[in-house]
Amino acid sequence: MTTTPERIDSAMLHPELRVECDPDAIIRDGHRLDHAEGTSKPLLPAPEPQPRGAKVRGNRPIDQQEAAARFIAATEHEKMHDERLWDLRQKRDRAMHGIPEWEELRSLASAIKEHTLTHLDEYLGQFEANARSNGIHVHWARDAAEHNKIVHGILRDHGATSLIKSKSMLTEECGFRHYMASVGIEVIETDLGERIQQLDNEDPSHVVVPAVHKLRTDVAEVFSHTIGTDPGNTDVHYLAEAQREATRPLILKADAGMTGANFVVAETGTFVVCTNEGNADLSANVPKLHIASIGIEKIIPRLEHLAVLVRLLSRSALGSPMTQYTSHFRGPRAGGEMHVVLVDNGRLGLDEFWTSLKCIRCGACMNTCPVYRRSGGLSYGATYSGPIGLIIDPTFNARKYSNLPFASSLNGSCTNVCPVKINIHEQIYAWRRVLVKQHEVPLAKKAAMKAAGALLSQPAAYRAAIAAADTALAHLPRFVIYNGLNAWGKHREVPHPPEQTFHSWYRANRGVKQ
Amino acid sequence: MRIGLFVPCYIDAFFPKVGIATLELLERFGHDVHYPRDQTCCGQPMANSGFNAECADTEALFVRNFSGFDCVVSPSGSCVHHVRDNFDAIEQTDEVKEVRSRTFELVEFLHDILKVDSFPWARFPHRVGLHNSCGTLRRLNHARPSELHEPFFSKPVDLLSKVDGIEFVRPARPDECCGFGGTFSVFEEVVSTKMGYDKVRDHALAGAEYIVSADSSCLMHQRGCAERIGVPLKFIHIAEILNGASA
Repeated sequence: MTTTPERIDSAMLHPELRVECDPDAIIRDGHRLDHAEGTSKPLLPAPEPQPRGAKVRGNRPIDQQEAAARFIAATEHEKMHDERLWDLRQKRDRAMHGIPEWEELRSLASAIKEHTLTHLDEYLGQFEANARSNGIHVHWARDAAEHNKIVHGILRDHGATSLIKSKSMLTEECGFRHYMASVGIEVIETDLGERIQQLDNEDPSHVVVPAVHKLRTDVAEVFSHTIGTDPGNTDVHYLAEAQREATRPLILKADAGMTGANFVVAETGTFVVCTNEGNADLSANVPKLHIASIGIEKIIPRLEHLAVLVRLLSRSALGSPMTQYTSHFRGPRAGGEMHVVLVDNGRLGLDEFWTSLKCIRCGACMNTCPVYRRSGGLSYGATYSGPIGLIIDPTFNARKYSNLPFASSLNGSCTNVCPVKINIHEQIYAWRRVLVKQHEVPLAKKAAMKAAGALLSQPAAYRAAIAAADTALAHLPRFVIYNGLNAWGKHREVPHPPEQTFHSWYRANRGVKQ
Repeated sequence: MRIGLFVPCYIDAFFPKVGIATLELLERFGHDVHYPRDQTCCGQPMANSGFNAECADTEALFVRNFSGFDCVVSPSGSCVHHVRDNFDAIEQTDEVKEVRSRTFELVEFLHDILKVDSFPWARFPHRVGLHNSCGTLRRLNHARPSELHEPFFSKPVDLLSKVDGIEFVRPARPDECCGFGGTFSVFEEVVSTKMGYDKVRDHALAGAEYIVSADSSCLMHQRGCAERIGVPLKFIHIAEILNGASA
């Protein structure tokens, strides 16, 4: 006997089988379909594939625009990314309005950083002496290679083959994970976003939220083929829990732990790590060996200065008053060992761009940057993306990152949100001058700019070129911008030519006046 | 006051009405306005791209054209920003410094120098979205940018509020860059136009009929974007409204 759904008395059904308890139930006329049609879920459209970052080809200049165009073409990703980061910017604004002395704090923070950076030798020396008396081993690394070698040496001395670490932009600079892989040491990232990026074999796209360019469907995809989650399940709680279950055993059996540091205090010989997940504390405290890799610009003179910077850091980054964890590390625990590796890696060679070293890596400039929000961090093809990246990356390699300072509309919002008052957009502008002087710009651009300069300095030739508005339409963009109307008109309409230029109107209407 | 009128190259070629409105407006306040015929450009397109040496001759020409006026006034924020803040390809003689410091953008000139308190001839019964260009907002201090914890002020709003019938709408991201950015608009055209699309949609959703700005370059870009994606907005320079344009 066939039973139509209408015949079933709902009172006879087990509560779990009732339509209202099953979010996936397909309902027709108010009744659940419980035959094959009903139990098979509708096919969802395939999720939008994640756009990948810039193509890196050795030392050749990164084409940020090409990668940004692919990011924008992935409309779901671009929309989510733009809105998510704009949300952080708005939360930052709200947090700022809760602090009446906000602008004063920024000035103070900037002054603290400038003072310290101009007395770097003094404070680093002080830190080293105090840290050593706290029982910390202090190492100095000139560059990435030296850093990696030192850390490898420490691990080798302890017979360590696995390392858990918290997020650190410095280790990204150093290509640390790749190096460790090459010497057979397993590295496990403990920050959730960074772990996602590690499992996906991708660099972080943001200094604070490293996987912010990914949709949850992307994460589900990565986890399904790395830690074995259900590829169809994109529930964020499920994914986070699965990652926790997969990573926790690795953390518990790791031989060594590594953190970075947000601040290093000279007077106490201590360092401070700020996280929201508590993962740095696991990395530092579970294994007996703790190594901290720290850029030399992280130093501040005294604990009282930390109070200023900590008030700005998380408010600028996420709009929260403080990070969930602000952990002070003072020395090794009983039976353990603590090492600090202080790294320069090009920081002392910054010359006219040295104030970028004030950066506390809050990411506020990225969140506010309209170009970054629409391009995705991986389009920059560099360790640091967004506005701060445009001025830091070329110091590592002026050729490879020669296009980056041009990936800005110079709108200046970055400078205004910067908690340590780095004049980011002015430095971007200054970098353009430097790159032109160093001949790191395309020849066609150079030729066009020379021609523009020549034409615009000769009134007669200039007037001839735009004698009539129609001619102006044909010529003006060509001399102002080397690649002509194509780039203008590809995605927007060209301006409507008026009947006459202002110049001819003036001659006709105010001819007598000179 | 003897005023030199600086009409930047793209306003001359594409937006002559903006130049005319600026001229007439300054004349309405009784000033002796001159338009030096040999003017071309301030050098910004080259400088903005890093080619500072290539600006030298253009900057020298600018100084020859505008030396000796009590003030130089221009209806373009970004050009004035260049002249005042970055114009350093030539030797900084007293004459050069004088011209640079006496160059004003129209809104700040009306607001800060002339301190105009009414535009009795102006009536604009429309809903407008104000676009503060980044050059005027963050370099020329036309208004308080949303990033800073400072008291609110806005010179263009002060001026426009004196226009009869005008109504302001408030977009969700009032001072987000529209994506023009000078040569950025062609070197990074995809990102530039995406920013432009988002900007005009934001204003349209807020209910604007017009986008008004002190920078024709931003308007040129936004108009091009709006026309391409079919957002029914009109664009007008602040000089035109203040001079009494009705639509």
